[in-house]
Amino acid sequence: MKYGIMINEGPYQHQAADTAFNFVQAALDAGHEIFRIFFYHDGVNNGTRLTTPPQDDRNVITRWSKLAEDKNIDMVICVAAAQRRGIVDEGEKDRNKKDADNIAPGFRISGLGQLIEAGIQADRLLVFGD
Amino acid sequence: MSILHTINKSPFEKDSFQTCLRYAKAGSSILLIEDAVYAAREGTDVSDAVKAAIQDKSVFVLLPDLDARGLNSNLINGVQSVDYAGFVKLTTENDTVQSWL
Repeated sequence: MKYGIMINEGPYQHQAADTAFNFVQAALDAGHEIFRIFFYHDGVNNGTRLTTPPQDDRNVITRWSKLAEDKNIDMVICVAAAQRRGIVDEGEKDRNKKDADNIAPGFRISGLGQLIEAGIQADRLLVFGD
Repeated sequence: MSILHTINKSPFEKDSFQTCLRYAKAGSSILLIEDAVYAAREGTDVSDAVKAAIQDKSVFVLLPDLDARGLNSNLINGVQSVDYAGFVKLTTENDTVQSWL
């Protein structure tokens, strides 16, 4: 089965980013496909590589990056939500004349059309958030 | 068409649980995750509502979230525990998933 995942909550906020990760892991373990993970609202904060959680805590961001690399998962951050919250890739950095970018490996910034497409292409769309 | 409803907030914090019960049709499944696992316990203000729901719906609770809160005891009879693999299975057994946030 093909899944689309939407995440509306940031890391270390409540539990949605963790629940979503555990669900994705379990779905992959069961042989299912993750069509796309779409990060929206505060969920875009899952995609900054500049976070430094304590060493004995889970690193939510690198956990996503590793998952994307290992399992070749498309992870998309909503551009409008990202601009509001300062999540920037190289293209956005140049376009908005910022002095740095901060997007974590495995994430890309795009638009809401990617969410709609996930809703159409996937067999199930699950929303995790606050 | 069968629907899996997921609820992630305590019924004592938000009314999404009560709203879900109001809309969920007979034969549908309800999965309590995150802070919603409080609703799975016997002897709370919402226990009667959960017991009424079990009459014509299936009510599940995510075991790791129960364990994380030390609440895996005194569950309402008929509430079924699932792990993440069971969560995934529920999404395949139902036609669609409604996440109550």
